[in-house]
Amino acid sequence: MNTVIIQYNAGNIQSVLYALERIGMTAVVTDDPSLIQSADKVIFPGVGEASTAMQYLKERNLDVLISELKQPVLGICLGMQLMCRHSEENNTPCLGIFDEQVQKFTTSIPTLKIPQMGWNTICDLKTDLFTSVPENSFAYFVHGYYATIGAHTIAKTDYILTYSAALQKDNFYGVQFHPEKSALVGEQIIKNFIAL
Amino acid sequence: MLTKRIIPCLDIKDGRTVKGVNFAELRDAGDPIELAALYALQGADELVFLDITATVEKRKTLSELVNKIAHKINIPFTVGGGIKTEEDVSVLLQNGADKISINTAAYIAPSIIKSFAKNFGSQCVVLAIDTKCEADGKWYVYLNGGRQKTDTLTTEWAKKAVDLGAGEILLTSMNHDGTKQGFALDITATLSSTLPVPIIASGGGGESAHFYDVFTTGKADAALAASIFHYKELAIPDLKQYLNNKGIPIRL
Repeated sequence: MNTVIIQYNAGNIQSVLYALERIGMTAVVTDDPSLIQSADKVIFPGVGEASTAMQYLKERNLDVLISELKQPVLGICLGMQLMCRHSEENNTPCLGIFDEQVQKFTTSIPTLKIPQMGWNTICDLKTDLFTSVPENSFAYFVHGYYATIGAHTIAKTDYILTYSAALQKDNFYGVQFHPEKSALVGEQIIKNFIAL
Repeated sequence: MLTKRIIPCLDIKDGRTVKGVNFAELRDAGDPIELAALYALQGADELVFLDITATVEKRKTLSELVNKIAHKINIPFTVGGGIKTEEDVSVLLQNGADKISINTAAYIAPSIIKSFAKNFGSQCVVLAIDTKCEADGKWYVYLNGGRQKTDTLTTEWAKKAVDLGAGEILLTSMNHDGTKQGFALDITATLSSTLPVPIIASGGGGESAHFYDVFTTGKADAALAASIFHYKELAIPDLKQYLNNKGIPIRL
């Protein structure tokens, strides 16, 4: 199994590598197009800001490369949001793999903090990404923007409103939460992705 | 529903876990990696590692230890102690830390909050405040592990730090720390209801009811404790079951 983690100017890339190592797997962290294209599985992580990340990807033609990948691809957090059509974060056009929109959380209730930070449940789980993951399992989230519910939604979470905790279209998967930090549930999801 | 977080804190000195009473009388509480793995298994929601000697002795936080922890545990963790520069932060994040905690260095040079937030994201910048309620009834900011008083009110410093980009506040009450008599509910509630970021309450947690109080009256988003977990006075699964039974949203 040849897994690649896409290296770009976003945080938590090492954490994803360490998570794979914890479950006895390994990966190459790279932005080399040929290595990414020839991988069996591609993980597109990310914590950071949408427009800066998109600019970085475009400068290296990684935006086109990612969109044209044929093997299973897993976007995590910002990675998933960048796979959507558009993000309200600095009004950024994104990769357009998923039709869902990325919007900013807004609320007038002061006890609901933005960004959402912590453990929340995921439900209405679909696809093999969630094999052996029970409904209402807890996952760890850190995000101020969310993807709307749509045709590609394969998991939902409630915070202020109901939004997409995960998306899927063809070979592309995305999760809003951090499986690399979501204890045993997260490890199962990573194993499931590698087994796709 | 987003759940309240229980966060064991591991104070690190010379690679071992220690916990003082009122910031003094340090005593050995065990191997930090062993403890970290145990807490993750028991259902801790996050972990905090503070290299408590770093500021005083001008030592860098133990990045090697962080790397070992990152390879062992599968929940988020924060590292603090002696962090001053972007390079310090970068090294810790590269070694697997999810967030960094800054205290005295941020007070002395508040611009680092802004630069850390810009370069690494607000979500990984935790501002730790050691605070003490003085005879005048007001809460003041203390520096250098509680040894140096300032004239700055905690509410003012917290607001400024959040405006600069701090993504979370770790608030330790020196009046309560180590006493096991309960958290500082008033100042915690004040910060939580006036600031848009999560507040982690610290100092004084001695029994399950104290955690219930800090999540309800204290309006805290997370609660941190050390010695009661290290010395097995309160087991995390029992605490979380108690809170769940009392209707607090908790990850079980």
